[in-house]
Amino acid sequence: MPYKIVEKRILTPVTKMFRIEAPLVAAAAKPGQFVIVRVREGGERIPLTIADFDRSSGHLIIVVQEVGATTRRLGAHEVGQEILDIVGPLGNPTIVPPGGHVVGVGGGFGAAALLCLMKELTARGDNTTIINGARNKDLLILVDDLRKACKNLELCTDDGSVGFKGFVTERLKQMVAGGPPGKPTHVIAIGPMVMMRAVAEATREAKIPTQVSMDPLMIDGTGMCGGCRVSIGGVVKFACVDGPCFDAHTVNFDEAVRRGKMYVQEQDVAAKKLAAAAGGV
Amino acid sequence: MPVKSANKTKMPERAPDVRNKDFLEVNQGYTLRHAQFEADRCLRCQEPKCVDECPVTIPIPQFIYAIAKGDLAESARIMRQANPLPAICGRVCPQESQCEMTCHMVKKFQSVAIGHLERFIADWERTQPPPPVPQRKMHKEKVAVIGAGPAGLVCAGELGRMGYPVTIFEGLHAPGGVLRYGIPEFRLPKAILDWEIGMMKNLGVEIVTNVIVGRTITLDDVMDKLGFSAVFIGTGAGLPTFLRIPGENLMGVYSANEFLTRINLMRAYQFPESDTPLKVGKRVATIGAGNTAMDSARSAKRMGAEESLIVYRRSDKEMTARVEEYHHALEEGIQFNWLTAPIEVVGNDQGWVSGLKLQRMKLGEPDASGRARPVPIEGSEFIFPADNVVLAIGTSPNPILIKTTKGLEANKHGCLIADEKTGQTSRKHVYAGGDAVTGAATVILAAGAGKRAAEAIHQDLSGGK
Repeated sequence: MPYKIVEKRILTPVTKMFRIEAPLVAAAAKPGQFVIVRVREGGERIPLTIADFDRSSGHLIIVVQEVGATTRRLGAHEVGQEILDIVGPLGNPTIVPPGGHVVGVGGGFGAAALLCLMKELTARGDNTTIINGARNKDLLILVDDLRKACKNLELCTDDGSVGFKGFVTERLKQMVAGGPPGKPTHVIAIGPMVMMRAVAEATREAKIPTQVSMDPLMIDGTGMCGGCRVSIGGVVKFACVDGPCFDAHTVNFDEAVRRGKMYVQEQDVAAKKLAAAAGGV
Repeated sequence: MPVKSANKTKMPERAPDVRNKDFLEVNQGYTLRHAQFEADRCLRCQEPKCVDECPVTIPIPQFIYAIAKGDLAESARIMRQANPLPAICGRVCPQESQCEMTCHMVKKFQSVAIGHLERFIADWERTQPPPPVPQRKMHKEKVAVIGAGPAGLVCAGELGRMGYPVTIFEGLHAPGGVLRYGIPEFRLPKAILDWEIGMMKNLGVEIVTNVIVGRTITLDDVMDKLGFSAVFIGTGAGLPTFLRIPGENLMGVYSANEFLTRINLMRAYQFPESDTPLKVGKRVATIGAGNTAMDSARSAKRMGAEESLIVYRRSDKEMTARVEEYHHALEEGIQFNWLTAPIEVVGNDQGWVSGLKLQRMKLGEPDASGRARPVPIEGSEFIFPADNVVLAIGTSPNPILIKTTKGLEANKHGCLIADEKTGQTSRKHVYAGGDAVTGAATVILAAGAGKRAAEAIHQDLSGGK
């Protein structure tokens, strides 16, 4: 089944958004789920959160940040090209009790994953806030799309080039303390592990239900390899079939951070090889 | 008929210290001379006991006699009619506990090498032009098969041969199931798997990859929206068992599924030509003593481990691996530690495995499996250094399909409930077989279940006409 790219947007020099023909995935997808993508023969399988989907056109939208060889290869794809393999949707949809003030916290390219979720929560009548953060104005992604997906969009930059000057978690803490646009009843954080851990700390004392979307290394995404094990409240869970969203206050982040770095050396080898092949070294 | 030789004709093998450094096939296969010599050892029993033990009832004396006569085409035809995966089964079946166990020769001598001969005739067939697709009445009812592992492939192949349009839905990016992700290249080359799958495609079987029934589409969608009249579930037993001991999430601890999938499906042994890495240290401890444990320990050696060790809580007598795999492992320098059970994985300050805490065991009374129960010896704990730990202690069926399908019943082990003869599940027109029903078992049992279910589906859809 061909997975043809129908639209590509360059969000930052290393962050690309793709709209892809994947009718079966689009028909079944729910916010919070992910797909596994493979970009070439001999290529690895990488999980990517579903940013959005359009059932009527059969399109799936993913956002990829170029970190290693595979994400660079994917990022170099152009409109009209096909992606070798896409399978999903995988994992469980994110479930948020209705009627509250839901705050979605997105760091870096993680903000993309909030798109379909917040859209759905807004449509069902929840009060919704997205805190979208990046180092500076140029690295903030999907500002217009996210603005449409929620009631209040809060921008944060480390350098203050736009919006609140500081980390997303500092802005979140203001809300937890009752500052505008109001105390959250539920928080969902998607982004780098350090950010998600900081979000968990920001809401722990106030006991605000908080979910984080874990994206550990995995191969099949269906519970077969067990490579995606995470410790949740001292119990071993598989992010692929038990998650990917977990109660942030029970996640063992130290372990998750360590396990996430298991193959950094190999990632480096592969990236250097790719750069050399492209004549970049 | 006088017995020509008391012993089996030896399978030509690559030298242990050469083969344990690469992933090329260990067994090299019989020549025609070997095969005809071995075929002549068959007594051609009037009441062959070997056939009774074969899950797909291959007419064993007949296919062997055809080899002895030199009519290889006839032998291949007999074989393929009974077993749609002969090149695979000839390589991976536990013949010593099936056909070869009841061979008449065993009473006094070694059995006929039925498995080696099966492999021989299947490999010969592969050198020939593909056989013509049999003339058959085409049926209009479509059948869906979920999972392209041994059970699903055989069921699809049989239905294809009967003239049914068959589509296999496979969750991974390539078909084969455990034959692709589990069994290493040095035991079952992927080229052979691809050829066998090609034979299925010749019969009109369509394979759609990247579709997880239960996630991408539901089983009800398959029947109601896509219009399939019957479904066969062959989703295998892909869920790895962990020990639930401290330290299992340390870096460098793998399930055998992950370890072998990285190597076999993702070709980690070709990294960085391929993109999936696998970290293998100097000393790799594999826990368990089944075929998967042997595959893991032997693969670890090939991935560069200086020492590859098996840790097993029972003794060699209770080991479940095929005899050939055990012998090959021994020859390749795998070290066996019997009567030792892991109680903890220990790590260094970086979060990497540094060893296993083991406890010595002794054998007690037989347990539910009929094997002697291992009993811990108090105070015998010791630390066993290791850079990696691979857990090869079993798998269970994947719950995704059962959880997402109404009316599909499973037992307390998560195995689908299906009629032993027909594979009929608790849902009308839905059949199942292989590891999804039995829990982790063998390729040939899955093949047998797929074959019987194909016949039952045929009866169901057309009253056998």
